[in-house]
Amino acid sequence: MSRPAPAAPRAPLVALRRAGPPVLLLAAAVAAWQAVAGLAAVDDLTLASPTETLAALARDLPLLLDAAGVTLLEVVLGLALAVAMGAAVAVGMHLVRPLREAAYPLLVASQAIPVVVLAPLFVLAFDYGLAPKLAIVALICFFPVTVNLLDGLRSVEPDLLKLMRSLGASRLATLHRVELPSALPSFFSGLRIAATVSVIGAVFGEWAGADAGLGRLVLLANNQLQTPRVYAGIVLLTLMAVGLFVLVGLLERVAVPWKRAAEGTT
Amino acid sequence: MESGLEAPAAPPHKLVEGTEAIVVRGVARRFRSPRGDVLAVDGLDLTAAEGEVLAVVGPSGCGKSTLLELLAGLADPDEGEVFIGGEGSRAARLAACAYMPQRDLLLPWRSALANAALALEAQGVSGAEARRRAVPLFERFGLAEFARALPAELSGGMRQRVAFLRTLLAGRPTLLLDEPFGALDSITRAAMQEWLADALRADPRTVVLVTHDVREALYLGDRVAVLSPRPGRVVSELAVDVDRSPARRETVTDPAFAALEERALEALEKAAR
Repeated sequence: MSRPAPAAPRAPLVALRRAGPPVLLLAAAVAAWQAVAGLAAVDDLTLASPTETLAALARDLPLLLDAAGVTLLEVVLGLALAVAMGAAVAVGMHLVRPLREAAYPLLVASQAIPVVVLAPLFVLAFDYGLAPKLAIVALICFFPVTVNLLDGLRSVEPDLLKLMRSLGASRLATLHRVELPSALPSFFSGLRIAATVSVIGAVFGEWAGADAGLGRLVLLANNQLQTPRVYAGIVLLTLMAVGLFVLVGLLERVAVPWKRAAEGTT
Repeated sequence: MESGLEAPAAPPHKLVEGTEAIVVRGVARRFRSPRGDVLAVDGLDLTAAEGEVLAVVGPSGCGKSTLLELLAGLADPDEGEVFIGGEGSRAARLAACAYMPQRDLLLPWRSALANAALALEAQGVSGAEARRRAVPLFERFGLAEFARALPAELSGGMRQRVAFLRTLLAGRPTLLLDEPFGALDSITRAAMQEWLADALRADPRTVVLVTHDVREALYLGDRVAVLSPRPGRVVSELAVDVDRSPARRETVTDPAFAALEERALEALEKAAR
């Protein structure tokens, strides 16, 4: 529910005060990066300065954006796959106790698999296209989504479940009306983690074998000693992950409006 | 096979004699704890007539909440029997009772109206229809202007009122109220007691009200049962035979009321020794 906030005129000031510290720290880090890159002892081939990176970014922008589009597609589809599978598995494990007990160790094991090693095998199995990247992104993102959703479903207050039972609610009615909405904040925590690691998954996938994508472009540029382009690619990959993180946060604000309402009054 | 020698047995879980709405007979309930079994209640006997408000008072941890869970059909006794409306099965008790837990347990994403309507949705009524049916109740209890507010925007007293409307909307003949005003400050608490008395006058039900506040028990109850410390059992029963005017202050300052309060406190103290 959107309500007129009485403090609305001050909102930009608050936003500015909040944005200040991280912006300052980032500027300091970039300045330090520039200073270190300028040192005579530092080889231009290992470290491109921020200005060189920026120049490469401007010069190669069409190329970089094309590649970024491919990677973004892999990431978004992989995330969607992870959410669909994770939600189904979490709800199934929540409802069926033997399944929960049987599947929990497997769930943990799925996260312990070194994806770097698995990526070439996926490429062997699924060929060069989109499929192996989706599989790797989904595998990396599956764990935080599933575990957080499951924890959210299981942390509903016992008293609330008692109340629902006393009101005559069926198991599914309780799941739908109480447990799933209660688990949303926890689910979004998992999705935020998944969004940040998803880009890493796509890069691994592309390194194992690809004919397009930002990860592949960075790898090629590295082999060709085009260090500024490598850095430009890394900057874009980082921006992509941060952007997804922010997007998930915005989605959460829309999907879980009561969280802010509760924070506003306490 | 009937042999003719045996008297036809009463069907199990049926109370034959009497017309009491609530009968608790020789009930014991144990809990497992790390330091061995704990008896929450033992040898507990209680009855309540149809339409009667039975207040149960006792010290903290005397098994009051356990009693309500047994009545509500959320648990079965280890010993003894519990009947609601003559039926003793857990399913029958679940279907006959509306249980109001100590805390309001309102869902933070639902408006006050939708929270109360949850009682109907739980029985399979669609969300829109449930809210539509809850509206008259909000109007009758003077909560119409708060119907759209989220729980976080409501005061403690308001939240408790919404929780009570949810309990009423369940449409059950018996209400089980577990310290409904325990978390409220004393001024709000007094106002809520008057409000509940009004509500029960307007919509009479069989009520079991659990509280640790003797004055609340005497003001709201037709009869007061005093429980001993754990394991809880009834040590004294008082009929509240004073005139209760709608104004709470007049009632609780009446000398007859004060004398009754003294007796109840004495019984509590004696039980604690």
